[in-house]
Amino acid sequence: MTPQDFSSLASGRSLTRTLSSKTIFSNMMTGLAFACAVIALIPLVAVILYVLINGSVRLGPQLFTQLPPPPYQPTSPQFNSGGFGNAFVGTLMTVGIASLISIPFGVLAAIYLSEFARDTKIADAVNFMTNVLSGVPSIVMGVFAYGLIVLYTKSYSAFAAGFALAVLMLPTIVRTSTEALESVSGELRQASVGLGATNFQTVSRVILPAAVPAILTGVMLGVARAAGETAPVIFTALFNNFWNFDVWKPTATLSVLVYNFAVTPYKNWQELAWAAALVLVALVLVANILSRWLTQRKR
Amino acid sequence: MATSVDNPTGMSYRRTEFSRIVDNGFKWLTTIFAMGVGVTLMAIAFQVGLQAIPSIQKFGLGFLFTARWNPVEDIYGAWTQIYGTLITSFLALLLAVPVGVGVAIILSEDFLPPRVQKPLVFMVELLAAIPSVIYGLWGIFILAPFLQGPMNWLYQNFKWIPLFSTPPTGRGIYIASIVLAIMILPIIAAISRDSLVGVSPDLRQAAYGLGATRWETLFQVIIPTAISGIIGGVMLALGRAMGETMAVTMLIGNSSNPSPSLFAQGSTISALLANQFAEASGLQVASLMYAALILFGLTLLVNVLAELLVRRVEIKKI
Repeated sequence: MTPQDFSSLASGRSLTRTLSSKTIFSNMMTGLAFACAVIALIPLVAVILYVLINGSVRLGPQLFTQLPPPPYQPTSPQFNSGGFGNAFVGTLMTVGIASLISIPFGVLAAIYLSEFARDTKIADAVNFMTNVLSGVPSIVMGVFAYGLIVLYTKSYSAFAAGFALAVLMLPTIVRTSTEALESVSGELRQASVGLGATNFQTVSRVILPAAVPAILTGVMLGVARAAGETAPVIFTALFNNFWNFDVWKPTATLSVLVYNFAVTPYKNWQELAWAAALVLVALVLVANILSRWLTQRKR
Repeated sequence: MATSVDNPTGMSYRRTEFSRIVDNGFKWLTTIFAMGVGVTLMAIAFQVGLQAIPSIQKFGLGFLFTARWNPVEDIYGAWTQIYGTLITSFLALLLAVPVGVGVAIILSEDFLPPRVQKPLVFMVELLAAIPSVIYGLWGIFILAPFLQGPMNWLYQNFKWIPLFSTPPTGRGIYIASIVLAIMILPIIAAISRDSLVGVSPDLRQAAYGLGATRWETLFQVIIPTAISGIIGGVMLALGRAMGETMAVTMLIGNSSNPSPSLFAQGSTISALLANQFAEASGLQVASLMYAALILFGLTLLVNVLAELLVRRVEIKKI
């Protein structure tokens, strides 16, 4: 401190002035930061609220058993008929295929990362690739599946969409499973190896069972995300106005139905789009809350 | 037990031989799948690049800088879409970065008791979990009518500014950017919060000890220390914004005419892909693949840079 500083401190007046401007600045910034938090929460509340309000108009069992209706006028007696049973089945099919591919793939890769290559350069590189893969736009996964499967089989199909979604889910599964496996205590490993178990026995009978709940949590989040993804499905599964259970045929999904019906001028299709949105949001909310509840209970 | 002591080799030895094969096989299997992650990434680049070759040969780099997309005459250039991708992402960042960092500060400082803070963190995470197509639906039916009034006011009073020079409709660059901002906000908030929380408490205490207020400490000590992580988060968000498809496709209007006005309808690379892939054939598919390759390259670049920045933060924390 220079002598001037001391003299201004001694006079007292300038000190109080600095303090009060500091306080004003602090209060202003605190207010701004809280405003940011409020601004961030408004869209969340608004989206969930409107999906609930507009989606519940048509909520009922017919949604899951009937086919999409033709466009009806609001005055038509059939205005409230129809559902999206085929799209619901289609979403189950595509997400099911995606899970069948990505879960074994991801968990095996995670076992390598956590059990055989932990803290090595190779694991580092694979983790890096995983993160980069998770940053690849989902529509590019669709383009990939289109070029690899749709062009080759010459047909849009649930399988092509499932493949695209599998690539999309893979990084999530690898990451959450690696974390789950690595958090299994080292003592369990040592005990198992000490009893004479091989690596395979240790992993399959001790580590994996201990990590299953945490892996399932990651899988659940991945599945919920895949169910809502539209971009990779839109030109791989395409759409289908009828029931379809063949994985090699064009298939309707809930997410594509929301997109297709939202941009039409028909009121009954728009209402169905909102109802499908409600189903997807409910899925996402349940998966997220459940996974949070499970991880917290463990701690 | 007694038998194994009497006869330490014998049957148990044979089992070891067999289980060694299983063990090695298992290790190899997991190795192959771990490598498979990298192979997948390269396969995407390779496959998309391969399919794009006819278009790359025909249009070359001029594809990037010409604004024409004409399936009738089979002539393609993606400048409108590339511009649209860059401008919507930039505007989204402009809106989302200050709010996101503000949220991160609220969620990392001790303004709120943990009982309130934890659910808030969770709610911001939820914002990221809502599917893109639902933001699009919400944008069309709720946000667009809501914004119509304020945007009309901007147009009527400021139309001499090129940015506001066309009459606003429910679709356009402005609304796509706003919805994008909402969608990338959670990434910025979450990663910035991690970086801020990761700053060593010693630094904070030292600053407080020197008489700094909370906000002086934040601006002069905590944020500068966490800045590389925050920038990494912002870049990850940029990558997300550039690749985001459904909400943008539903809201941007899908016009191939470039315009400086934010109220004008436009397009992005991802919107182009979503709109045209299902009905394309021949050179159009190749050109769409070319566009997809550009998008892949752009996001790859941004993500690798972001990854390196975020990674540095994680190493520092340890």
